[in-house]
Amino acid sequence: MAETATKAVEVKEPFFGKKERKLLVDPLDDNNPITVQVLGICSALAVTSMVKPAFIMALSATFVMALSNLTVSFLRKGMPKQVRMIVQLVVIAFLVTIVELVLKAASYPIWKQLSVYIGLIITNCIVMGRLEAFAMANKPWRSFLDGLGNGAGYGIILLMVAAVREIFGKGSFAGFKLIGNNPEYLIDTTSNAFFSWYMPNNIMVLPAAALFVICVIIWVQRARNRKLIDIS
Amino acid sequence: MSNNSYILTYIIGLSAFVALMLALAFSGLKPIHDANEEVFKKRDILSAIKDQFEVDVMNCPPQEVFDIFDKKVTQVVIDANGQVVEGKKADDIDMKQEEKKPKEDRLYPLYIYEGDSEKYYLTAVRGNGLWDKIWATVAIKDDFNTIAGVSFDHVTETAGLGAEIKDSEAFKKAFQGLELYNDEGKYVSVSVVKGGIKKPDHQVDAIAGATITSNGVTEMMYKGLAVYLPYFESLKK
Repeated sequence: MAETATKAVEVKEPFFGKKERKLLVDPLDDNNPITVQVLGICSALAVTSMVKPAFIMALSATFVMALSNLTVSFLRKGMPKQVRMIVQLVVIAFLVTIVELVLKAASYPIWKQLSVYIGLIITNCIVMGRLEAFAMANKPWRSFLDGLGNGAGYGIILLMVAAVREIFGKGSFAGFKLIGNNPEYLIDTTSNAFFSWYMPNNIMVLPAAALFVICVIIWVQRARNRKLIDIS
Repeated sequence: MSNNSYILTYIIGLSAFVALMLALAFSGLKPIHDANEEVFKKRDILSAIKDQFEVDVMNCPPQEVFDIFDKKVTQVVIDANGQVVEGKKADDIDMKQEEKKPKEDRLYPLYIYEGDSEKYYLTAVRGNGLWDKIWATVAIKDDFNTIAGVSFDHVTETAGLGAEIKDSEAFKKAFQGLELYNDEGKYVSVSVVKGGIKKPDHQVDAIAGATITSNGVTEMMYKGLAVYLPYFESLKK
């Protein structure tokens, strides 16, 4: 649908050109919603104690961002300006509820684990932010890409934080047991003399640890990417 | 700027459309949700004695869980006096609802698992953790004294601290083989203690940093198992 809309109006512009690529790639680094815009921190703290739920959360949020951007972009011309926020919220809430219903049917244990946080995608500042900042002023196909890009940028940070927290907090990665104090783990600290001092760090399991990890990510990112230093 | 009637029509139309779609999605998926919930609950109950099964009850296909329940599990409901309530299945009992009733009206579910050689009584207990409710399935051997295994769950205990009652295999394993009655035949239940176990038959080492959850477990075990005792007494005869 998005495809035909773009092609019919602007024949000159390529379907997937430089600008479109920039929409997808920019949020991954230069304009990352979490580390540069510092949006959506709440869920980044809450659901990043393990990789698997974080991955599902990232997927759900990306789905919601891409489709709400697309929908709002389609509706943007007929939308009464006075109530645009309400319309945006209805669209987001609708998509999030669909995600929640589908997840509950597809994987009940993960749905239980994420509990309220799926519902809280509705209040994720990134979604609303992209709708106001981008989808209200751009064509559907580009808005869709912008949603995808921002979802991926959000997801990649979520996964990085979750990987660090799960490895150091629980000694496992996505459920695969790496290091711990019984024979089920790959490195068994009770029998391995070299790692006998090792203990999982409990603070990594607590939400506060996500802040430390995100701060370190921001630090590393700005050290490598000089142009970000003066932005915020 | 749009006029008011346009805004109103737009919003009502949009809301009606969204409401319709959500209603369809919800009622379409409801059977799957219910089935998932049932399997989840049954897995949770069986996980208290998960060493007894060849299959991994937490991850096996749902059909195998139902098979175990159909062939090997008898469901009983008992009342506050330890009498069996006829015509009710343990599945029908919602502990959350029972809690709201006065003590003498409460009903308790009991799943009796009959394996090839052993018989287990799977009791349900419920209590308070630090933040919200915690509950457990406690499997008791047919001497009505020894605990064969437990599985815990909670609404929202602290990850890494209170939540370890569910996540830590070692903690759950520590309950295996503990006894409800002391040497004089008095009911003492099992307790979670800090700083060293003095009575190895009745005590489990607490999780560091989770004092209130641990105390909650102790209280839940004492009060929760007590209600099943009259029924067990009647079986002993």
